Amino acid sequence: MAHPALMQPPARREVGADVYSEKLGMWVFLGSEVMFFTALIGSYIILRFGSPEQWAAPGQMLNIPLTAVNTFLLICSSVTMVKAFAAIQDGDQRLLKLYLLATVAIGAAFVGVQAYEYTHLVHEGFLPSGYRPGSALAERAAEGLLPVSVGVYGSSFYTMTGFHGFHVSVGVICMSFVTWKAYRGAYTKEDHRGVEVVGLYWHFVDLVWIILFTIVYLV
Amino acid sequence: MSEGAAHAQPKYWTIWAYLLVLTVVELGVAFLPWTKEVQLLVLVGLAIWKALLVALYFMHLKFEGNRMRIFAIAPLPLTVIIIVAVLTEYVW
Repeated sequence: MAHPALMQPPARREVGADVYSEKLGMWVFLGSEVMFFTALIGSYIILRFGSPEQWAAPGQMLNIPLTAVNTFLLICSSVTMVKAFAAIQDGDQRLLKLYLLATVAIGAAFVGVQAYEYTHLVHEGFLPSGYRPGSALAERAAEGLLPVSVGVYGSSFYTMTGFHGFHVSVGVICMSFVTWKAYRGAYTKEDHRGVEVVGLYWHFVDLVWIILFTIVYLV
Repeated sequence: MSEGAAHAQPKYWTIWAYLLVLTVVELGVAFLPWTKEVQLLVLVGLAIWKALLVALYFMHLKFEGNRMRIFAIAPLPLTVIIIVAVLTEYVW
């Protein structure tokens, strides 16, 4: 049993940060996610500046047009997500479901394009450990057209984009659950916390991709 | 159930259009024959601009109360410290 002194509130009850618990919890989680991706980006900077000879020029090995399409998809999914939130703020159940479905579909398409990108890169011979011996990329490297070794580049690339892809996948699963709940009429104009909280996560994932697209693909 | 101050809904499609235009500009800048340093600065600047648009309008930070805003940006100083610290290893 707790000590009686601990059962007394230390001060009068206050409202804290003026937000409901689920939203506050999501922001705490996103704060930890900022730290997580900062650590990854910090490591990337150290590795890249430390071994610049291992990095291929933008577009030399990675497919920038394909990734630009994926960036376009994620930006579109962010706007459909926020439109779903705006719809339920207005009490529009039909638009809520429509925009949530669109967000799930576009998010899944992003993961699909990334899976295609990985498959293609691995087929060409770009592995997390470097070139696959005898592959097309290894031959181009032997001809002096690509960096001699890309082990650090490969592990950095797959780690950063892989963790982001994992976050998108988790987002698609959570969004599917919210969409299912929306079809069951769980959200109303007065209470649609689930839509806002999952939306915050989704926009954060979009925001992280905006940074990663620049530093991994364009720079 | 947003608990920030009541506000008119932002023009989300306009923000979307901004994000797309900025992405196209990024793609253009990435292939311009500029020096690496200038390219890096411009591209990172454009990425931060896009990230701010998402955070302020899609995540509604622009319309939240001050406590919530402070709470949301609390991790950023540490981010800046880490990035600057690792950059000092190679840049200066």
